[in-house]
Amino acid sequence: MAHAYTPGLRVTPQTLLQRQRQLPLKGEVVVSQGDSVTRDQVVAHTHLPGNVTTLNLVNILSCTPEELPNYMLKREGDPVEADEPIAETRPFIKWFKTTVKAPISGTLENISKITGQVIFRAPPRPVQVQAYIDGNVIEILPEEGVIVETTGAFVQGIFGIGGEIWGPLHVISKEPDQILTPDQISDSCAGKIVVGGNLLTLDAIDKARESGAVGIIGGGIRDSDLRDLLGYDLGVAITGTENIGLTVIVTEGFGSIAMARKTFDILSENNGKEASISGATQIRAGVLRPEIIIPESSIHEQTEESDHPGLIEGALLRVIRAPYFGQVGKVTVLPSELQTVESETHVRVIEVEFDNGDRAIVPRANVELIEE
Amino acid sequence: MDNLDVIIATDCGSTTTKAILIEKKDDIYRQTYRGEAPTTVEAPYEDVTRGVLNAIQEVEELSGRQILDGETIITPAEDHRGVDIYISTSSAGGGLQMMVGGVIQAMTGESAQRCALGAGAIVMDILASNDGRHPHEKIERIRQLRPDMVLLSGGTDGGTISHVVELAEFISAADPKPRFGSGYQLPVIFAGNKDAAQEIERTLGDKTALTVTENIRPTLEAENLGPARHVIHDLFLEHVMAQAPGYRKLISWTGAPIMPTPGAVGLMMQTVSKQQNINVVGVDIGGATTDVFSVFDDIFNRTVSANLGMSYSVSNVLAEAGLDDVMRWVPFNIDEADLRDRIKNKMIRPTTIPQMLEELQVEQAIAREALRLAFVQHRALAVGLKGVQAERTLSDVFDQSAGGESLIKMRDLDLLVGSGGVLSHAPRRMQTAAMLIDAFQPEGITRLAVDSIFMMPHLGVLSSVNEIAATQVFERDCLIYLGTCIAPIAQGKQGTSCAQYEIGLPDGTQSGTLNIGDFLHFPLEADQEAHLTLQPERNTDAGAGPGRELNTTVKGGTAGLILDGRGRPIVFAENQSERADQISQWSETLNLYPR
Repeated sequence: MAHAYTPGLRVTPQTLLQRQRQLPLKGEVVVSQGDSVTRDQVVAHTHLPGNVTTLNLVNILSCTPEELPNYMLKREGDPVEADEPIAETRPFIKWFKTTVKAPISGTLENISKITGQVIFRAPPRPVQVQAYIDGNVIEILPEEGVIVETTGAFVQGIFGIGGEIWGPLHVISKEPDQILTPDQISDSCAGKIVVGGNLLTLDAIDKARESGAVGIIGGGIRDSDLRDLLGYDLGVAITGTENIGLTVIVTEGFGSIAMARKTFDILSENNGKEASISGATQIRAGVLRPEIIIPESSIHEQTEESDHPGLIEGALLRVIRAPYFGQVGKVTVLPSELQTVESETHVRVIEVEFDNGDRAIVPRANVELIEE
Repeated sequence: MDNLDVIIATDCGSTTTKAILIEKKDDIYRQTYRGEAPTTVEAPYEDVTRGVLNAIQEVEELSGRQILDGETIITPAEDHRGVDIYISTSSAGGGLQMMVGGVIQAMTGESAQRCALGAGAIVMDILASNDGRHPHEKIERIRQLRPDMVLLSGGTDGGTISHVVELAEFISAADPKPRFGSGYQLPVIFAGNKDAAQEIERTLGDKTALTVTENIRPTLEAENLGPARHVIHDLFLEHVMAQAPGYRKLISWTGAPIMPTPGAVGLMMQTVSKQQNINVVGVDIGGATTDVFSVFDDIFNRTVSANLGMSYSVSNVLAEAGLDDVMRWVPFNIDEADLRDRIKNKMIRPTTIPQMLEELQVEQAIAREALRLAFVQHRALAVGLKGVQAERTLSDVFDQSAGGESLIKMRDLDLLVGSGGVLSHAPRRMQTAAMLIDAFQPEGITRLAVDSIFMMPHLGVLSSVNEIAATQVFERDCLIYLGTCIAPIAQGKQGTSCAQYEIGLPDGTQSGTLNIGDFLHFPLEADQEAHLTLQPERNTDAGAGPGRELNTTVKGGTAGLILDGRGRPIVFAENQSERADQISQWSETLNLYPR
C-alpha cells in the first residue's frame, strides 16, 4: 500500500465547497441554475407514497377470494374516505347485511382474488430538501435535486450525532484544552452552536440542550456519556438520524482530548458567524465524517487545494492510539525497514518528537497528519 | 479448462483489491506473487478496474512478468509474458444485500435464508407470513431496506398458494427500489410453490425484474438450494455488479463469471471437504463482519454476522458480549470507562494497530468473543430441516426437540480454518491457535489452520474453472497448519484425572495424566506426525465414546499439539484473582506473549 498512515481530516480556513442536495425519490426542483440560495431555503420537493393499510375481506364477508369482486363497492384505483363503505354482502334479509368500511382515507390500490386481501394507500406525504448551506446553485440534477457551491471555512470532525442544522457559532472556551463546564452555558446560547475546547461532558451537553442551543462542538466525548445521551450503546458508527435535540460534533476522538489548535483557531476567529453543521458519521466504505461549514468565513486566505506531501520529516502529526494517544509532535525519522514494537507486531514505524521534546517510536498506522 | 499454466486472480474487497499470481511449475500449481492496491469503486475514481490494474501492476513489478499491455490483460501466456486466464471475486460496495421471504419463518423462511447466505449474500431481513408483523409494517420495511435483490419462496409444491401470493402482494405494494441505479427494476427471484408461479408473475411481473426458478423446498423433507443460488449468482452479475462503477468492463475481462467473495470462499470449503472427505468449519473475521462456513456430512452452510468485527463493528462486540465476557480472557484489570473510550477510538479510526502488549491482549480477547458469538449464530442456522415428519420411537417421545437439530457436531469436526487480520496477522501463530480454540472450543481431535493471506476467495472462483489447481494451491500455499487440538470431554471436579495420554513424538514418547482443567502443549512441526493414545476415564469421551481408548495419528504445525482438558464450555475460576492466574498459566503454557 502506498500510504500506511491515516490521512488527516480536512481543516481549512477558506475553500471552495460543493454539496449535493438530493430527494429520496424523483420530484420537482424549485430553484434554477445560478440562483443564490440560503441554508433554510427549499430547493426541491416531492411526495413519498403514502403508507399502506391492508384488510382481509374474505373472513369479514364470509366469501371466497374469487367471489370478492362481486361484493366490492369500490374498484382498484378508486379514491376512498375513511369509514366510507367499500364492500357489502347482499343477503335476502337486509338485517343480515355486512358492510365493510375503508380504514383510512386514500386510494384503494389492490383487490386480490387469491388472498382476499384489499390494500389501501394513504395520500402521499410531502418531502422537502433544503439548501443546507448559503451559496449558489451550480448544477441542476433534473427531477432529483441540485448542487450548491459556496466558499468558506471547512472543518471535518471525527465523530458526531444528530443531523443537519445551522446557527451562529458561540465559542466559549478560551483555549483548545479547556473543558466546557455547564455554568458557562446560559440561555444566551439559544439557537446557537456552542463551541468548547476539550471534553464535552454529559452535563455540558444537557445544559446546552436545555438552553436551546442547536449544536455543540468539542475535542472529545466519553463513551459512557455518549451511551447516557443516546440511551443505548452505539455498536456501529453509522449516525446522523438521532433525535436528541441538538447536533453533537467531536473533532478529535473519545476521551478527554484537546481540540487541534488549527481547528480551534478557525472556529474562534469565526465566532458569531453563521455555520451549517452535520453530525452524520459513517465509517464503512464511502467514509462520511461530521462537518462544520462557515460560508462567510472571517479568514480570507485561500488555501491551495493540493495533495499534501504526506508523511515526511518535519510533518506535524497526532498519535491516534495508546500509549501516546492524542499527543501532537513532528516526524524526526522515517525508517524504511519494518520494526518490532512492544506487542511484537512487525510494522513500519516513525520516530516522533513531541512538543515537550520527548521522542518515541510509533507505528505509522497509528498517526494522523495535521494539515498546517 | 485444463490448459491453464499461468493464472491471475483478484478479489475486489470493500477497501483493498488483492491480486495473486498462480503458476504451474513441474506439474504443480503454486501461488507465486501477490500485490494489492486500494479498491477504486468510490469517488474520485469510481471505476473498479483502476484498483485491479494497480494490484496487477504490483504483481508485475514483483514477478518480472508482463501481464498488462496498457489497460489490457495479455492472454494467453507466452514465456514470460501474459496469463492464460483472469478471474475475480468481488465484495466491493457492501457486497450483495438481499431480502428473503417464506411462508413459515422456521421452514421456507429459513431455507430461503440459507440459500441466500450460501450464495454469498448478506440477508437484511426475513419476511414471513408468521413473523409477527402487521402487513403495513412488512410493507414499510420492504420499502425502507432497498435490497439488491429479493428471494421469495414459500409453499411446498402443491401446498399453499394464497400465503405466498400474499407476500408477493406486500412486495408489490411496497414497490421497492434497488440500492444502485434508479433506472432499473428490482430483481426478484421466485423459488416457491410451482403452482403459485402464474399468480406471482401476475402480481410482480410488471413492477419487478422477476425470475422464476425451482422451488427451494419442494417437499418438507427436502431442500433444493442449488438452482436458486445459481440464479442469485447470475442476477448478481447482470443486475447488481453491472450497476457498480467499472464492473461492465471488469466482467468483459474475466474468463469466468465474477463471484461474490463469500460465495467463492464457500465453494472452496466445499471443494476441500469433498476432496479430503472431511468436515470443515471456516471463519473470516473482518473489520465489519464475520463470516462462518461449515461443511458437515456434505451439507454446506454459511452465515454472516453483519455487526461482529474488529474495527467498524468492534463496539458492537463489546455491546453484545458484555464487558465481563471480554475481560475474562485477559489477566489484568482495566478501567471500564477507559476501555470503552479505547474501543470507540478503534471504531472511528479503524486502521490503527496495537502498539502495546496490553492492547494486543485486549484486541485478541475481543476477537475471541466476536468469533464465539458469530459461531453461536452459525449453529442456530446450520440445522436440519424443521417441520419434517419423522417416525418417532418411544425414546423420542421424551425428547422435546421439534426437529431442526444442529448439524454442527464439534466432535466430528476435522479441520478448523481461520482467516482475517486478527487471526492471519497475529504476531505469534500460537496466538491464532489459542483464539480459535477458545472461541470455537473444538471437541475430540481437530486440526487447526489459518489462511495465510486470505487467498480462499481467489481459489474458490478458480475451483469453478480448474478444481485441481485450486486444491493444489490451497494445500501448499494458502493454508498454514497450526497443529492439532485434542480435547477429551469430561465431567468432573477440577484437578481430577480425565485421561491417560501417550504421544509418540519424533524425539521420544511423552506420557502422563491429563487432569480436568489442564492445558498442555507439545511442539510438533508442520511436516511431522505423532501417534496418540488416549485412555479416557469412564465418564470421559476422547472421540471413541465414553471410557473407550482412542488410537490415532495427529499432525503438527507451527503451534504443535495442544491437549485441552479445560472442559466444554471452558470452566473459569469464579474468583477474580484466581481467574487472572488461570489465564496467565494458559498463556505461559502456550508461550502466547512475551514475558
